[in-house]
Amino acid sequence: MAEKKTLGQEFSKGLIKENPVLRLVLGTCPTLAVSTSIENAIGMGVAATMVLICSNIVISALRKVIPNKVRIPCYIVVIAAFVTMVQLLVKAFAPSLDEGLGIYLPLIVVNCIILGRAEGFANKNGVLASAIDGIGMGVGFTIALTLMAAIREFFGSGNLTLKVIGYGTTLKDIFHLGETDILTAIGLEPILIFILAPGGFFTFGLLMACANKLAESKGKPKAELKGCEACPMAATCGMKAEGKECAE
Amino acid sequence: MELNNKLTVSASPHVKSAETTTGIMLDVIIALLPAGVASVFVFGIRALLIIAVSVISCVLAEFLSRKAMKRDQTIGDLSAVVTGILLAYNLPSTIPIWQVVFGAIVAIVVVKQMFGGIGQNFVNPALLARIVLISAFPARMSAGAFVGTNVVGWDVDGVTGATPMGLISLADGIKDGAPSLMHLFIGTTAGCIGEVSALALLLGGIYLIIRKVISPIIPCVYIGTVALIMLIAFGDVNAMLYEVLGGGLMIGAIFMATDYTTSPITDKGKVIYALGCALITCLIRLFGSLPEGVSFSIIIMNILVPHIENWTKPTIFGTVKEKKEKKEAAAE
Repeated sequence: MAEKKTLGQEFSKGLIKENPVLRLVLGTCPTLAVSTSIENAIGMGVAATMVLICSNIVISALRKVIPNKVRIPCYIVVIAAFVTMVQLLVKAFAPSLDEGLGIYLPLIVVNCIILGRAEGFANKNGVLASAIDGIGMGVGFTIALTLMAAIREFFGSGNLTLKVIGYGTTLKDIFHLGETDILTAIGLEPILIFILAPGGFFTFGLLMACANKLAESKGKPKAELKGCEACPMAATCGMKAEGKECAE
Repeated sequence: MELNNKLTVSASPHVKSAETTTGIMLDVIIALLPAGVASVFVFGIRALLIIAVSVISCVLAEFLSRKAMKRDQTIGDLSAVVTGILLAYNLPSTIPIWQVVFGAIVAIVVVKQMFGGIGQNFVNPALLARIVLISAFPARMSAGAFVGTNVVGWDVDGVTGATPMGLISLADGIKDGAPSLMHLFIGTTAGCIGEVSALALLLGGIYLIIRKVISPIIPCVYIGTVALIMLIAFGDVNAMLYEVLGGGLMIGAIFMATDYTTSPITDKGKVIYALGCALITCLIRLFGSLPEGVSFSIIIMNILVPHIENWTKPTIFGTVKEKKEKKEAAAE
């Protein structure tokens, strides 16, 4: 964290390396709850991203005004204000999405990603950097959620709803399958457990493993320590002070 | 000088038994054979097909996942074969083949290899795969799926509908159309492939106990406690025998609950574990919405095994019990 990042890096770190869901393991509750269909996942992702960007900007702008001791309540007030706005907008323009997300829409207030970024980033960094961080984290959240929803929905119900706020189509309609789903059409059956909670946890775990693998292979290889730097006894060992290297 | 040749200098343990994992697993497979033969008589050749598919997919899944994880091959220890047979025995004979393969992958890759392979799984792989299949394909794993085909032409009562466990309830007792106790004992009823014949399973169990592969504590305490609770609940010996012989109790108590990795080591621990299994089984059978509860009860107790081991940790020879010391300290 010590090194300064460019704005591009602030954005791209949220995608895989510091993906809020898969790498920081924040906001798992809405992730597991709404990732049963792509439509809900994208809706949730966009709503949370909007709140995240706005709250990051405001909190970063107010970071020198807010007293340190009461910062958490202040963050919550700011976040709650934006959540209320987003909720009213969704209710007005996408009532079906509001129905699909249910209680998880107002619960964005206590979404760990938003509070986590406010506490961990926005109160230490400038307005522009915070806004970019919010966009990156929001996109990362949306990608993770959508990916999970795609896997769960496809295997759990044999269908994919390629819809955004009610506009679009479903994979079933593309293939003109009518009532039957895709898995049944190729001789299999929907694996119901993927839509249920255990399937959610399972998919979540698998995606986390993939994200870890990706992040490791992308990041710099761990610097190999040699000699006294690698030795756990270095602090108490007097050999170096005497100017000698130990046998190992 | 002569003495030197007879002494081996090595670290402990010094006393080793000739028993190997492969040998134990082979014994389990032999013990499972009678139930397999019985299943072919009751459900026809399809039962054999499902057992074969399950075993082959389990071994293949083990081979591929060990290869993918770059670990030593362990298919030679036959544990995957045992898991495959047990999984097949826990499925209805009407289940589609690809769902058997799905179950085998869940058992071996998810439950066993992702946790480190043989000896590291936290629950019985075959049982968890069964539960995953129940939640994944409820229609394939309930009521109508358990029918027998009556291949040998003998009188198979009550085979057309639900499992025998669906035909008994605390309110009504044994309902009309339920199989007789003799049918339940021999195995000519509806049910999962390997669970129907109590006789075949008992034969296997006796073989395992004689060969000292399993200790009789878990099956005896498990089945005994279920019998006792059912006798008190129904107040009727027939209903009690029906509960003991029907459903998955026999295969669960003899082959599933006694799995080395997921059952306690000490005798005291085994008793507690078996009592817990029996209690949960009875609660689900008597008051739950599912007709059968053996698989769930064993999985729940599997998860509790580390705690049971902790409670029943034997005192090391020569040490004084800590409690006494504390009491003395308090008195002073």
